[in-house]
Amino acid sequence: MDAVAGTNHYLVVSLLLFGIGVAGVLIRRNAVVVLMSIELILNAANLNFIAFNGRIQAAGGPSNNMGQIFSLFIIAVAAAEAAIGLAIVIALMRSRDSINVDQVDLMKG
Amino acid sequence: MLALFYLFAALAVGSAAMVITRRNAVHSALWLIVTFFAVAGLFILQRAEFLAAVQVLVYAGGIMVLFLFVIMLVNLEQTSGQFRSPLRLATAATVTALTVGGVAAVLAGAGPLSGVAFAEGPPISPMVREGMLAGNLEAVGMQLLTTYLLPFELVSLVLMVAVIGAIVLARRDA
Repeated sequence: MDAVAGTNHYLVVSLLLFGIGVAGVLIRRNAVVVLMSIELILNAANLNFIAFNGRIQAAGGPSNNMGQIFSLFIIAVAAAEAAIGLAIVIALMRSRDSINVDQVDLMKG
Repeated sequence: MLALFYLFAALAVGSAAMVITRRNAVHSALWLIVTFFAVAGLFILQRAEFLAAVQVLVYAGGIMVLFLFVIMLVNLEQTSGQFRSPLRLATAATVTALTVGGVAAVLAGAGPLSGVAFAEGPPISPMVREGMLAGNLEAVGMQLLTTYLLPFELVSLVLMVAVIGAIVLARRDA
């Protein structure tokens, strides 16, 4: 059974993707790349759902594919989020001629 | 199977690292497509074939085109100053290390989760094995249109609101 990847393998990959996504959100100035990093984080969550879905089925649990259906909904919400986020980026570009997240500090105390 | 897993895992993590380190946003977007394909490969290894197809169609096909269009519209010439100030980078490193370290500690403390025998990956769903359903697509589709019908229809509402919102936000005279 060591010849195949277990749930832990998938969780580690998901953790690394999530960490890279968090780092991307925090270190980048470009708002478009920040949105891309958020997509990485959502993909890490999907990977977890799929890994546990496979684990439940391998353990003989109910084969109702619930994890896959949750991931499907996450993908749909991610699409909506990307559309809204990129529309905000365009509005930002129109109003301030910049998409640098450091310059959007109107609400900074 | 294990070799394929390591191939896709290395591809996903490596290309994700490229996404956040490239100075040119177009390069980031292209590396992100590689990440999405690698994650789709991992989905197939877990017998989520329908989800892998959706991942490629929606993410690599739809969302990335949107990203590339916006990069083109906002027309970024500057390739320097893409990263934040050293103080911010130090804060970011601390926050990331704490988050990843915390989850890794929980994962290590939870003991081996691979205790279930994954002889050939997760088994094929019983209804598919017995010939009642043609495959993963039909199994998921059946669930979506019976048990999860209401959330499924609500998703279309969410998408419609998002489309209207995006149009209103990006309007020229807004």
